[in-house]
Order: sequence, then structure tokens, then C-alpha cells
Amino acid sequence: MDKAELKTKIAELLPAATFEDGAEWTTAGIDAADWAEAAPKLRSSEGLDFDYMFCMTAVDWKTHLTMVYHLTSTVHRQVLVVKVKLDRQHPVLATASHIWRTAEFHEREAYDLMGVEFTGHPDLRRLFMTEEWAGWPLRKDYEDPVNMIKL
Amino acid sequence: MDVDQLNTGNKPFPGDVHPTAGGGILVTKLDEVINWARSNSLWPLVFGTSCCAIEMMSTAAAKYDWSRFGFEVARATPRQADVIIIAGTIVNKMAPVLKRLYDQMADPKYVIAMGACATSGGPFFYNTYSVVKGADHVIPVDVYVAGCPPRPEALLHALITLQEKIRKGRE
Amino acid sequence: MIEEIGTTELGDLVINVGPQHPSTHGVLHLVITLNGETIRKVEPHLGYIHRSIEKMCESLSYRQFIYVTSRMDYLSSHINNHACAMCVEKGLQVEVPPRGRVIRVLMDELTRLASHQLWWGAMAMDVGALTPFFHAFREREAINDIMEETCGARLTMNYMVPGGVMADIHPDFQKRVKEFIRFFRTKIDEYDELVTGNIIFKNRMEGVGCLSAEDAVSFGCTGPTARGSGVSCDVRKLYPYEVYGNLAFEEVKETAGDCYARYLVRMQEMRQSLSIIEQLIDNIPEGDFQAKTKAVLKLPKGEWYTRVETARGEFGVYIISEGGMTPYRIKFRSPGFSNLSALDHMARGHKIGDLVAIMGTLDLVIPDIDR
Repeated sequence: MDKAELKTKIAELLPAATFEDGAEWTTAGIDAADWAEAAPKLRSSEGLDFDYMFCMTAVDWKTHLTMVYHLTSTVHRQVLVVKVKLDRQHPVLATASHIWRTAEFHEREAYDLMGVEFTGHPDLRRLFMTEEWAGWPLRKDYEDPVNMIKL
Repeated sequence: MDVDQLNTGNKPFPGDVHPTAGGGILVTKLDEVINWARSNSLWPLVFGTSCCAIEMMSTAAAKYDWSRFGFEVARATPRQADVIIIAGTIVNKMAPVLKRLYDQMADPKYVIAMGACATSGGPFFYNTYSVVKGADHVIPVDVYVAGCPPRPEALLHALITLQEKIRKGRE
Repeated sequence: MIEEIGTTELGDLVINVGPQHPSTHGVLHLVITLNGETIRKVEPHLGYIHRSIEKMCESLSYRQFIYVTSRMDYLSSHINNHACAMCVEKGLQVEVPPRGRVIRVLMDELTRLASHQLWWGAMAMDVGALTPFFHAFREREAINDIMEETCGARLTMNYMVPGGVMADIHPDFQKRVKEFIRFFRTKIDEYDELVTGNIIFKNRMEGVGCLSAEDAVSFGCTGPTARGSGVSCDVRKLYPYEVYGNLAFEEVKETAGDCYARYLVRMQEMRQSLSIIEQLIDNIPEGDFQAKTKAVLKLPKGEWYTRVETARGEFGVYIISEGGMTPYRIKFRSPGFSNLSALDHMARGHKIGDLVAIMGTLDLVIPDIDR
């Protein structure tokens, strides 16, 4: 189905979703509280079948954080982008690792670099940095006068 | 210590010993032979972290063969290696591992910092929170090679420079 | 009379493989829980080459950040640069002239061949055969020489720019590539003779590390790892970019899902790459190799995602721009990151010697995973 049909289908499924215009793929924005029910629906609804998550990004917008999920369906060959808005002081989100197994590593990376906590993740610890590292390196307000030499 | 005093109570030493400044000539000749032997059979440790490792593998392969110069066997364990070629970037998490490998090597041991990243942090110098800006913050380095990555000929030049450094002795 | 002292219990042994190990293809630290010689759990510890590339790119200009990706998956350096250049072009809405496009695809396919050659040599060395390593590097040097004539470097060729390629191809390029194709056709058959049909090799590879198609999709595996299980995921076929839409080549798939299937997929891919190069080498269109762009590039506010097929799988570049001279956020979707997450699932129940074979066929490049 094309972008417009997909947009109407998602709007029926998730009434609280907002849509962005002008993007290459259908982009839906939902709240953090709705993600736990929305994710399984996206995975197994008839006609959607988004079984392949190919990219999961955490973005720091200075006032809030956003998790961007890029989903694709290998059956119907359509792409959906889901953006979940998170509170910056206390970013908590439900895990998606029981739906898409690739999320296990991606969520650990988001926790390590941005500080987003995923409830229900089997093993949430730092992935790239050492266990004792303090701070969330990829955030915009990360200061590290010892290691970072600014240009 | 005067050489003549050593001979009291023993049979007379066959041959002549000429006292020279800095030690006897016999010992100097032996040093040269030992240094020559050491420099011609340095066994490198298999240690490549990133892109320079591929150029190191090319240097080990058939076209730019480094076993012509004595680096025949690349050992996997530091206990049996003489030289560690740091091929790649060293990051904060890897630095203790590198130190431990260096400590496990037996004397005499030598270090070659290959590539821009091992020399000074390279392309990852500015605005990175996890890169050690130069492997010489962790272990003492003998020879630095520039390049990103250095050509196999550059690495061979570095190996030959190291051999010459060894032959010259420990001053 | 012998008294019974007591019974001992066999517990699980936890060992470390890496980060410095000949077969981890970089600095991968695996913590393996063994029961005897059987693997119970494999836990990868990453971060030993985490060079904070995504943070660094937020302070580099749009022309500069492209070449950092050469150092990420250094065996597909052209292809990574290609993805970044295409993403910037999408943002600027610049069209690449036909000559530039064909040169880019030729360089991509040569890089893919070089990467698969090194994979073949390194994997055979892991499994125990030392000779193929030297054969593979001899052929790889032929490609490196071609690259060096045109691009100036052997491994990290900074050749792609937004708008096309940096310089025109060398006048001898076509002649050398045609010689190489003739030379390499015979060598691939030699590779098959040496390794593919070998009974010892087959015993080590068949039935080892099986990955089903649903698991491959759920773990996000792409590239030959997923195509060995029958999943159709070649970006060049599904979302054609540059001139791939007009070329005749097949997407190579096997259905067995074990190590031997992934091996066969890559061997066939080498032949397909050769046929793509043959189709293009005589038909390089005349004209500009680079579209005119400003010296300082500024992307408008927005976000763009581009994907290409590297030798390991799907590489994606996601740029979020706020209108400045440097990107606001860049995310690199690396193929090795998802392929590695399937390692634990594939290796359970096998012996520790099989783990090396599985890692060899996954074709991991650790700086690509750690970024």
C-alpha cells in the first residue's frame, strides 16, 4: 500500500498518533506511554506485518529526547517511521526486544550513549563504555574536559 | 673494576686483554653479535585493532613479505613475541589490555606505533571522548610510522629502522 | 580397599576469547560459558574500538564526515562513502551525472570483490587452512593497485564526494580492469578447487550455526548472513540506487541457513560482481564526473535516510539537520551490529571450535560494530 493508505491504516490503529508531512516515508509520532501497546500491534496486525526493524536512533533535542524506530515489512515492502517523544529528565520507555530481537543491542546502545531506560529489557547495561563511566556521552550537554579536545 | 685483579688465584688468562674505556673489547664484540642476532629474528605479536591491521596483513602476505627480514612467525601469545606492532586506534577501554600485553612480553621487547591513530590519535583527535591520543600514553614506543594507513613499504621501512636501532645498542 | 573420597560436580566454565585473539577479526571480547566443550552462552562485550564517531561527526562539515566512514567498515570503504555522499545529495537535491554514477558503481563492485577475497582468506585461515590466505592477498593486491592508480590510496580511498567522484578515472583504468577480470575468472575456479569441495572443510561447515529465516529477520540480519537463510534482502535489488536498476545480475540466495550456505552465497556473489563489472566497463558514458556544488555545503532543516548494500549487509546513513554547516545528529546503521546479535542464538549447543567457523562466516568487522 502507498503512503496515504498506510497513513489512514495507522491512524485507525493508533488514534492518538500525529503525522508529519513531507517526509520520504510515512512518519508517525506517539507518546511514550502508548508505545507498549502500539508495538505489538504494528508487528502483527493484518496488512501491516512490520517484522524488520532496520534502524533505531536516539536523538537529543535539548528540550526532550526522541526515539526513532524505522520499521519495514518484508511481506508488503512498506516502510514506517515511528517517533516516540521522551521526557529529558526521566526518559523511560517500554522495551521492544521481545518483538524485534535486534532491539536488545540497540536499546543497550541507547541506554549507554543517551541514558534512555527501557523497562522490561532482559539485560540493560552499558554496551560500549566501561561500567564505571559516568554521564551520557552523546547528549548535547555532555562535558568532558579530560578526554575531549575541542577544535 | 680492574681486569688484572680478577686473575689473582686463577691460571693466567690465555691471550691479551686490552683495557679500554667502557669495558673489554671481547664483551663489545659479543654485544654486537647478540644485537645482530636479536634484530634479525624479531617475532611480532598479532595485535591489530582497526584498519592498519589490514595493511599489516598485506605486509605479511606474499607481495610485501616481511619474513624476508626475519619477522617470520607472528605469534598469538605475547609470551613468545619480541615486538608489538600497535596497528590501529587505542581507546580508553582497550588501554589496560594493551598495558597488560606489554607487561606479559619478555625483555628485550620493542614497540612500533603504526599509523596516525597509534602515533597521536590521528583522525580521532578532536571531539572524541573515548580515544587515547597516542599509544605512547600507555606504553613506551620505539618507532613511529606515519600514514592512514601507512603503505606496506612504510611499515617495512619502520621494521628496518627498528633493526638498525637494535644493532646500534642501548645508548 | 579404596575409600570413596567424594564425587565432583561438573560446573560451567567461563572463558574469555579476546580482545586480542587471532580469530576475532578485530577486538571482540567474547565471554563464553562452556559445559565441557559445548557452548551454553556467548556474550559479546563491545567497545574496545568505540571511537565516538557519531559524536565527532556533529562537529565536522558535510564534506568532511564522509571519510570517517571509510575507517568504520574499512573493507567496504568506497561503499560506505557512497552511502554518505548519496544522503547529502538527497538533502541538497543534487543529481549526479551518468559518468559519475557508473564510476561509483564500478568502484563499489571492485571493493566488494576485494572484501570477499579477504573474507575468504581470513576465514580459511581461521578454520585451519593457511595457504588460501596468501592466494587471497595476491588477488587483492591486484585490485589495490587499480585503486591506487585512480584514487591514490589502497585501503581508505577518499574518492566519493557529494555530487560525484573526486577525480576522473585514470586513462589505463579500463585496460587494467579488463585484465583483472580475465585473471580473476580463472582464480575463482581455483578457489573452488582448493577449498569449496574439500571434505574436511565441508565437515566443519555443514550443519553448523543454523539460522532460520524468521530469526534472521527478527535479529535484523542482512547481507550474505540473511541470504544464506533464504531471506531476500539485497538492497541493490529491492531499492535500486545509481545504475543498479538497469543491470542484469541475480540476488544469490541459499536455503540451508548453515555456515556452508553463507559461504556459498559469498562465492557466488563474487561471480555476480564480476559480471556487473563486465557489463559496465565498456559502457562508461562520457561527460562530467562531478556535479557542481558549492564549496561549503549547508543542508536545509530535515532528515534523510539512505541505504546501500555493502559486503556485509545493509549500511544506512540517517542525517538529521537543523540548517547549519554541521549535521545535528548522524546515525550509522551498521550491518555488523545486527549480525553479531544473532551469534549467541546460532552458537548455543555447538562446540567451541564451531564458534570460530560461525564467526568466520558472519564476516564481522569490529570497528563497524563499535563505530
